[in-house]
Amino acid sequence: MTAHATPVAEPAPPRAEALAATAATPAPTLSGWGRLPAPGREIFSESLESATRGAVLSRGLARSYGDASLPAHAADKVVNATMANRVLAFDEATGVIRVEAGVSLVELNRLFMPRGFFTPVTPGTKFVTVGGMVASDVHGKNHHVEGCFGAHVRSLRMRLADDSVVTCGPDENADLFDATVGGMGLLGHILEVEFTLHRIPSQWVWMESERVPDIDAFLAALAKSAPQWPMTMGWIDCLTRGRSMGRGILMAGRWATAEEAPPTPPRLGPQITLPFELPNWVLNPVTASLFNTAYYWRHLRQHAKQVVSPEPFFYPLDAVLHWNRGYGPRGFTQYQCVVPRAAGAPAVREFMELLTRLGGASPLCVIKDCGDEGRGMLSFPLSGMSIAVDMAVSPDVQNIVDKLNEFIIAAGGRIYLTKDRFTRPEHFRAMEPRLDRFLATREKYDPQRRLRSALSVRLFGDRA
Amino acid sequence: MRAVLLGGTTGIGRAIARQLAERGESVFLMGLDDDDLARSAADLTARHPRGEKVGYARCNLEQPDGFAAALDAADAALGDFDAVVVTAAMFATQEALEADVELTRRLVTVNYANTVVFCEHARKRLLPRKGRLTVFSSVAGDRGRKPVAIYGSSKGGVAVYLEALDHKFHAAGLSVLCVKPGFVKTGMTAGLKPPPFAGEPEQVARDVIRAMDRRQALLYTPGIWRLVMMVIRMLPRFVMRKIGF
Repeated sequence: MTAHATPVAEPAPPRAEALAATAATPAPTLSGWGRLPAPGREIFSESLESATRGAVLSRGLARSYGDASLPAHAADKVVNATMANRVLAFDEATGVIRVEAGVSLVELNRLFMPRGFFTPVTPGTKFVTVGGMVASDVHGKNHHVEGCFGAHVRSLRMRLADDSVVTCGPDENADLFDATVGGMGLLGHILEVEFTLHRIPSQWVWMESERVPDIDAFLAALAKSAPQWPMTMGWIDCLTRGRSMGRGILMAGRWATAEEAPPTPPRLGPQITLPFELPNWVLNPVTASLFNTAYYWRHLRQHAKQVVSPEPFFYPLDAVLHWNRGYGPRGFTQYQCVVPRAAGAPAVREFMELLTRLGGASPLCVIKDCGDEGRGMLSFPLSGMSIAVDMAVSPDVQNIVDKLNEFIIAAGGRIYLTKDRFTRPEHFRAMEPRLDRFLATREKYDPQRRLRSALSVRLFGDRA
Repeated sequence: MRAVLLGGTTGIGRAIARQLAERGESVFLMGLDDDDLARSAADLTARHPRGEKVGYARCNLEQPDGFAAALDAADAALGDFDAVVVTAAMFATQEALEADVELTRRLVTVNYANTVVFCEHARKRLLPRKGRLTVFSSVAGDRGRKPVAIYGSSKGGVAVYLEALDHKFHAAGLSVLCVKPGFVKTGMTAGLKPPPFAGEPEQVARDVIRAMDRRQALLYTPGIWRLVMMVIRMLPRFVMRKIGF
């Protein structure tokens, strides 16, 4: 049906030059989800193909907590991919989909859940772009079954540091692919992503949850659930010490069958916005403890089974837009690490003891058992227990992160770069035996290290 | 609806095309670049409940000679379209236009003269079909204002033309909708500082489609701009000479 009018010369779009003159605003800044700003500005464009030419960093919805999406230098050309949001192909028979990198998971869920498809792996927020999901090699509640998002990617179209455009995948330019999956955007700008959506039997989730009295019981419960459930995770109280240390609520789920599911699709709950920044003092050790106790005992029955909407199951925090303002102007970070299975339950218990002793933790603390390591050279998960805890930025935060990192290095674990802002380069190197391979691949594709970020300056010694 | 969108690959046009496709309407794209058109067509097909294939044709508002052929292609693909939406236009800041007379000539030609020519082609086909013609003017066309003297005048001219079309052909069944968006966050305005009441393209697209469904003649969107412009239209000359807005 496609038809073509007489070919005509394309006019040069005048607006880019015109706008450059007026774009100046005083000292613009960019920040990640943790709201610690860095000087810089981003360029929005519907065409990543043209906008990424000469750019040194791409970012999406800026949900990485730390400095992964921040420029190394205020004058660096940073491209925001969110306007490049087209679905380029979708095959209903196989679930294979090809999208521009700026497509968000919100949009994919909205379009494809009603048609019986869902992303193979979802992180804990739907406000991420597919490009970001690749760069962070995100994992979700089903990691012990499905691995990371990168395991489901078939092909990437990328612009490299020398401005060439190449494709890569598990069997094509595999070194580039492996360094890009979880590579924090440092190998090239991701332009297009082809991956496989999974069929779901309904739009509802069958969830069973359980109140767990302490960390040992928690680890046992997680271990018991993993073989039975495709999706597991837990909330733990990172503030209570002593006998109830590590108490929490374990959640296990699977997609509900068509018979179990209510006849109508789930309705989106009310979307609340935190309209302004709360003062720093609102979230303090006392309010945090009160919250945790209330949240723990809200789960009245010891064990509960129910059919729930995917929204509260996968994305409980997305119900409040801009919830990160709750930490106040000081900003916050997340410490997420994985304690390898070989180190065993005692190491997790010791980690919890260290964490509760150091303090600084907020009510947001999540535990999840991970499956095997993926092929991404810097991909975070490895077989073991992942613990993620938010903490407000304070004069003590560097010390807390250092102490936790020293423990994790000794245990043979590692941290998640997407959440990180405070890890020291020597600590990262000590916990990451794969780093040399990553850096060598980066050297091959970008010998001048033209593509860079505040994170790559901090951890890999790129020039600022 | 069988809708033709000139400028439907980007910004508000992209959002309108998507919402039409998602509710099952047939759409046809016109734009500058084949690759860009093909990508948008694929996007719309993926969103269409029946996976309807979306056609496209190149059409450049700087080349009026191509208008008839592009509309022929749309008619062939859709089987006589009954709606035309024009979001395509040029934008440049007053500063850039004042510095470059050639740019000014191009902008007023595209935004006024050639837009009217395109609409005349479209009108002749839409009139017997009792169709809908939706064209984007701008709140910048409501009053001669310092920061948008030239761009605003081109949009004001289009608005007057559309108003007259409505007066003249409403009784015959043609629905003409003049859309006056305020500041909307799109690729066109990326880099400009968003003023208060800045809109999102999806919200503007929803307003536009609702107004098309109701066969409305004039739409300010986001809605608050109707009030803002009412006040601005009432300001006396000595005030307009003083203020920078």
